[in-house]
Amino acid sequence: MSAGAYEMKGPSAFAGGSRRMLQLTRILAVTEFKLRFFDSFLGYFWSLLRPLLFFGVLFVVFNEFVKFGGGAKDYPLLLLNGIVLFSFFQEATTRGVTAVVDHEALVRKVQFPRMAIPLSTVMTAVFNLALSLVVLLIFVLASGHAPALSWLELPLLAAALVGLACGAAMLVSALYVFARDVQPIWEVGMQALFYATPILYPIERVAEHSTTAAHFLMCNPVAVVIEQARHALIDPTAPSAADAIGGAVWLAIPIGIAIGGCALGFAVFNRTAPRIAEEL
Amino acid sequence: MTSIPAVQVDGLDKTFRLPQERIHTLKERALHPLRRTRYQQLTALRGVSFSVDQGEFFGIVGRNGSGKSTLLKLIAGIYGADSGTIRLRGRMSPFIELGVGFNPELPARDNVLLNAIMLGLTPDEAEARFGSIIEFAELEEFVDLKLKNYSAGMHVRLAFAVMAKVDADVLLIDEVLAVGDAAFQQKCFDTLEERRRAGTTILFVSHAMDVVEMVCDRAMLLEGGRVVEIGQPAGVARRYNEINFATARAAAMPDWGGGAGDGDAKILDAWFENADGRRVPAMLQGEACSFHALVEFVRSVERPALGFVLADERKRRVFAANTQTARIETGAFAAGERVELSVHFKNVLAAGRYFASPVVAHSGPGAKVMDLRGEMVTFVVTGGHAADGLVALPHEVRLQRIAETERVG
Repeated sequence: MSAGAYEMKGPSAFAGGSRRMLQLTRILAVTEFKLRFFDSFLGYFWSLLRPLLFFGVLFVVFNEFVKFGGGAKDYPLLLLNGIVLFSFFQEATTRGVTAVVDHEALVRKVQFPRMAIPLSTVMTAVFNLALSLVVLLIFVLASGHAPALSWLELPLLAAALVGLACGAAMLVSALYVFARDVQPIWEVGMQALFYATPILYPIERVAEHSTTAAHFLMCNPVAVVIEQARHALIDPTAPSAADAIGGAVWLAIPIGIAIGGCALGFAVFNRTAPRIAEEL
Repeated sequence: MTSIPAVQVDGLDKTFRLPQERIHTLKERALHPLRRTRYQQLTALRGVSFSVDQGEFFGIVGRNGSGKSTLLKLIAGIYGADSGTIRLRGRMSPFIELGVGFNPELPARDNVLLNAIMLGLTPDEAEARFGSIIEFAELEEFVDLKLKNYSAGMHVRLAFAVMAKVDADVLLIDEVLAVGDAAFQQKCFDTLEERRRAGTTILFVSHAMDVVEMVCDRAMLLEGGRVVEIGQPAGVARRYNEINFATARAAAMPDWGGGAGDGDAKILDAWFENADGRRVPAMLQGEACSFHALVEFVRSVERPALGFVLADERKRRVFAANTQTARIETGAFAAGERVELSVHFKNVLAAGRYFASPVVAHSGPGAKVMDLRGEMVTFVVTGGHAADGLVALPHEVRLQRIAETERVG
């Protein structure tokens, strides 16, 4: 009660302190996670089953009928690795689009650090990612691969992907408040990105046709993470991200895109945060 | 009570830009790239200044759209002000509504934790206070029930309980205590009173003037985004009723036309006056007041009867008076002559809204009406307590204990 007088400045991305923001991020994420699986028969197992079922379908189609693997070693694992990582990014960002608008009641009635909203959406997806990665590792082990030191790269890669998803979620959630077409645009964009990322096919297959095309595809930061994860977890003989893009120097492009995207997302969200409550 | 201002607001302005046609899609923007969105300026608050002392229970009243909620949102930090400053001392409650973020699909337990953290507790504090929150809400048996299966009353009890256990030095409450049964409402007010005694400052928005008068130390009336009056709740409540029903009456004016009757006389105007002879749309209970009607005779008339009927909101006739029952000899009137009728009485009516219908009639049996204006004047009685019954008769309440011995005898 002895606190000195201070001025109320109005809402912002961080008003209320970063500790409060993290606490809110966590509780919002946990609530969202509970809500999504609360009433389903299999509960949390769905978060594991979903990428697996998707994997199953793609595996049957592309391994048995359309031979996309092109003799790549461990094609199923390549497929699963790509699906798990890409699904995370897709889920975090497409849910991120509507996140702020979905929390309208809170935004309009409570003062809290607005940044907690897009971050909580990504965090919910992280819970799923963590479970899925465990499944991926089990599959990798079951396929006869021994754990290697290079597996330690995985947390770093996952962290980079989470950071990228946070930046994207901030950007799209803020833009969606002002223009509702962000949603369909982002969904179509994600679909295009899915095919432009070496998930269904190994990047070597593209390089066989055109190295330029392969280098171009690897400018996508998500592709870099997926390819590097494949190299580290599944097949050390597969090209690393640096190899695939044509040299470690070239990695500056996707890294630059990732950092630039995150900075843009952060800046846009930070700028719009004070006005979100009025614009909803 | 210390007089350190807990909330000090200076020259607060807030304008909303409302787009006339909302451009929500990029296609529209792409098709009409040059068309600037036309905005409508909506000024919600202009130069609002006031200060609330620590430990004060401060009421904010005003009609819909007068800027009450915008003001609370600015103080809470949900909106940013265009200009002006808000200085606070102590921890501000960051919310203006109870039960924010309650999710019907989750059980009470999850909702309480979520809500408590939203309202400013840390997760550990929320966990620790969970028991006392549920106990306060009297919902121990329903902890694992999903909120969608709660009744409205249970919902409000839970929401209020969370608020009651949240730490804040300044509480903002926007119209929340209307729900719940009487016993729980009492509990709510007791809780607020308790917190106030502990030094919590409470800003309370309400339309219920009797509640404002009952609980607030001071009140502020907003109208059109400006402060109209700050002071004693009773005075502010009276002013509120004046503003509120003055406009209600103005809106009702055009409907006067064609009263029933043969037209030998015309009622030109009717109004209420207070003891000072000032026209008023509202009156405190217990004061002397009078009803007036201005009548013009169209044709010459012998011994007319003039009077009025007062009915309450449920159309029940509460009071009637006229020259005939008062045995007043009215005499003869020529065409074009005017007369003012006045009925003086002490206002013992229960708080509420009343409608006065003046009437002019020919004398004698059958009493043919010359002019009658149904519900021509609206009149509001304020004050008193949330009284029951039609009238507040002058009275005295006594209580006497009967000794055991007398009863046996």
